Amino acid sequence: MKSLGIRALIVAVILVGGVLCLVPTFTSTPLPGLSNILPEKMHLGLDLQGGIYLALEVEADKAVETAAERFVEEIKDALRAKKIGFTKVARTGDWDVEVVLPSNEQLNDFNEALKSDFPRLKARATETTSEGTRLILTMDPKEVNDLRKMAVEQGLETIRNRIDQFGVSEPDIRPEAGDRILVQLPGIKDPQEAINLIGKTAVLEFKLVAQNVTDQDIRENKLPPGVKLYPMRPSDRNTQETKIPLEEKTALTGQYITDARVEIGGRSFGEVQISLSFDPQGAKIFERLTSDNVGRKLAIVLDGVVYSDPVIKERIPNGRAVISGSYTDEEAKILAIALRTGRLPAPVKILEERTVGPALGADSIKKGVLASAIGGLGIILFMMIYYRFSGVIADLALVMNILLILAIMAAIGATLTLPGIAGIALTIGIAVDANVLIYERIREELRLGKTPRAAIDTGYQRATITIMDANVTSAIAALVLYGFGTGPVRGFAVTLFFGLAANMFTAIFVTRIIFDYLLTERRVKELSI
Amino acid sequence: MQLIKPDININFVGLRYKAFMLSGAIILFGLITLFARGGLRMGVDFAGGTLIQAKFNKPTNADEIRQSLQGIISHAFVQQVGARGDNEYLIRTDTIHEELGSLSNRIQDELDKTFGQGQQVLRVEMVGPKVGHDLRQKAFHAIFYAFLFIAVYISWRFEFRLSAGLAMLLVMGLGIYLLDALGLNAVYLIGGALAVTFVLCWFLKLPYALGALLSLVHDILITIGIFALFDKEFSLEVFAALLTLSGYSLNDTIIVYDRIRENRNKDKKIKFSDMINGAINQTLSRTVLTSMTVFFVILCLFLLGGSVIHDFSFAMLIGVVTGSYSSVFVASPILIAYEDLKKRKTPVTRRAAARAGDVQPAAKRSAQEAADSKPARSSKKTKKQAAGQLAGEK
Repeated sequence: MKSLGIRALIVAVILVGGVLCLVPTFTSTPLPGLSNILPEKMHLGLDLQGGIYLALEVEADKAVETAAERFVEEIKDALRAKKIGFTKVARTGDWDVEVVLPSNEQLNDFNEALKSDFPRLKARATETTSEGTRLILTMDPKEVNDLRKMAVEQGLETIRNRIDQFGVSEPDIRPEAGDRILVQLPGIKDPQEAINLIGKTAVLEFKLVAQNVTDQDIRENKLPPGVKLYPMRPSDRNTQETKIPLEEKTALTGQYITDARVEIGGRSFGEVQISLSFDPQGAKIFERLTSDNVGRKLAIVLDGVVYSDPVIKERIPNGRAVISGSYTDEEAKILAIALRTGRLPAPVKILEERTVGPALGADSIKKGVLASAIGGLGIILFMMIYYRFSGVIADLALVMNILLILAIMAAIGATLTLPGIAGIALTIGIAVDANVLIYERIREELRLGKTPRAAIDTGYQRATITIMDANVTSAIAALVLYGFGTGPVRGFAVTLFFGLAANMFTAIFVTRIIFDYLLTERRVKELSI
Repeated sequence: MQLIKPDININFVGLRYKAFMLSGAIILFGLITLFARGGLRMGVDFAGGTLIQAKFNKPTNADEIRQSLQGIISHAFVQQVGARGDNEYLIRTDTIHEELGSLSNRIQDELDKTFGQGQQVLRVEMVGPKVGHDLRQKAFHAIFYAFLFIAVYISWRFEFRLSAGLAMLLVMGLGIYLLDALGLNAVYLIGGALAVTFVLCWFLKLPYALGALLSLVHDILITIGIFALFDKEFSLEVFAALLTLSGYSLNDTIIVYDRIRENRNKDKKIKFSDMINGAINQTLSRTVLTSMTVFFVILCLFLLGGSVIHDFSFAMLIGVVTGSYSSVFVASPILIAYEDLKKRKTPVTRRAAARAGDVQPAAKRSAQEAADSKPARSSKKTKKQAAGQLAGEK
């Protein structure tokens, strides 16, 4: 048995260390010289400080489909350039491309073009039908895999950028298995806007408004080839939705945007608009587009909705464009961030959303702490009454136990949640169990006529094994809970686990020192138990 | 101060058949209620759907709220929570909106339209069906693995049979892993796996693990039954409570087992069931005290902790009561039942051995040899057998 002094020193060091770990959590003034070593303020879970938890799924298949669509356009362009005749090029199935050639004659030329220009596509099937020669082109499985992975990675990056620009103090955005992205935004005041921003696909396209399409054509749904109807963004909530015919071919996309800002001005006084700047390449395309089509209308389409369709008055050489429309300030801000950070490579959908308002969080802390405090005080009193002075010793151990749980949590940067507070309350109940076990055993031994010294020795020795076995099984449950759980439940498992660990130390080691001190130094002849 | 007299000697073991019947009746009643209600009312975590907690600035009622939201969500379940004057309501629906951020906005708009500005949406929890399904799967697996690890630990600590426990862990873990790949329904898979585990415990001669696990199943079934009875929602927090109460119940069981482990080597003349009854009585003071302190703390959480952890603490309250009850009336009597059944088997083999003539001394000799080669393990075993035999002769 180690000497009393050494054991007391160990406890003192741990106690001081524990208190120091908690200094940043409970005070705002940093300790001189120690602020670098000490852990940060304890993290509070979303359920305590309010915020959003989102589990998103990137619809990666959509990114592959988009790639297939792009191949269709590129193949058409390549065949036209090489003067190879074709009857049909279209996407088929999930992401295959169907090509129909007028006859077998073009097959050799086509295959050559395919090999030289589209090495990533393979002809899966070739058949001759009455229409001509039909080929099914398919993407390499590895290519598909890469596209999917890229969609998730880019999605993650884009969401990260958007949240950064939106301004959240401690965002946590991380990838999860199965194309999922977890987003946690603690302490956020306007959760809805953040969610709107994250979800904006922000696919920006410039398309020319189709000419020679009358209202009657639209009503009768007689549209010329290459023209599609797009919904117009209503100027206010009460206006009915109108549709506008646009050329399907996209003249310019948002990928060339270098900046997007909110400006006040425009046609009417005080109207909010968004000004866009293009990079040199984009500016060149924009210049050619505007100079070729003076007098026509150019539609600005965002996520499939037409925001405005101004008339091109003259060639625009400087690579600048403005999206006007009636926005609120908030809408414009979100739109600008979404455009600036670029489009999401594939749409995302919500799998899980948990929003906790700050009011509920504050209320939860208050109630949780109050309930735990009353429970703890009740037990402290009970122990004093039931075991008299030994009860006081157990109470000291109990207080130290709670202190150590919090200190460990602060030190390793764990998060305190509302179930976590419940876990601490439960630990209070279980912590005294260890002392109850020891004391009941000591009483038993005393009744057998043993001296206090011998009774304490046997009591601790026997009870230690019991406590260890009991705590290990509880710890197994806590560990499984941690492995299973998310967010709040994990917080509970963490406090429970560290509560059990600290309990072994405080209830057995610390209280024993006090008893040994009383017996050897104070030469106590009778135990107050 | 003393609540339980030190020389207390209640015949708990003698009450065991009555206790079995009582437990059986409660569990049966719970299961019938469960089936009558068509299963537990799963919370949004497991079933998918949307949960909204809103605070109104003037008194209202469930019908008004349901009506105001009629346009957005159908079949809303509205329930008042917290104190009457708080005007707080939980609104639950199966509807989910996968597009980002549409639902809670619209709910806020609708509430403001009907009740005027300033209604507070305190929390929104929306769980898609995929996540709900994943969580259900994970929950079943978590319970099962917790059980398995606990069985291994108990086998090691109380029967000195770590290898048997590990073998069981390996077989079951591998089996579940392979069957998972087939995509079986988790309920049947884990239910079946638990049954197999019990059978394995029996054949590997691990009565302590068997007793502990059966008392856990007992506690969990009773808790679930009471949840069905009160038509309470089974949420992620309640599931956490189930695992926690398992840990707590086990805590209790282990303390009684620990005393049995200590006593079984002390006095070999005493009848096995009397020895167990003695152990229960010796730990009774502690069992009662600790149950009381834990119950008190959880009662504080239940009454004062707020709506978010209300159901969690409710489950724990049940768990503390059944946990202490089951360690006395389920876990320990199962050890006796196991001994009894084993005894009923042994006379047959003994008779067969007697017919074979001079076999018994040889068996004794081989047992002695085994004890020499593996002292710790086999000596415990022979002692236990001796205790069982003596009890049988009495």
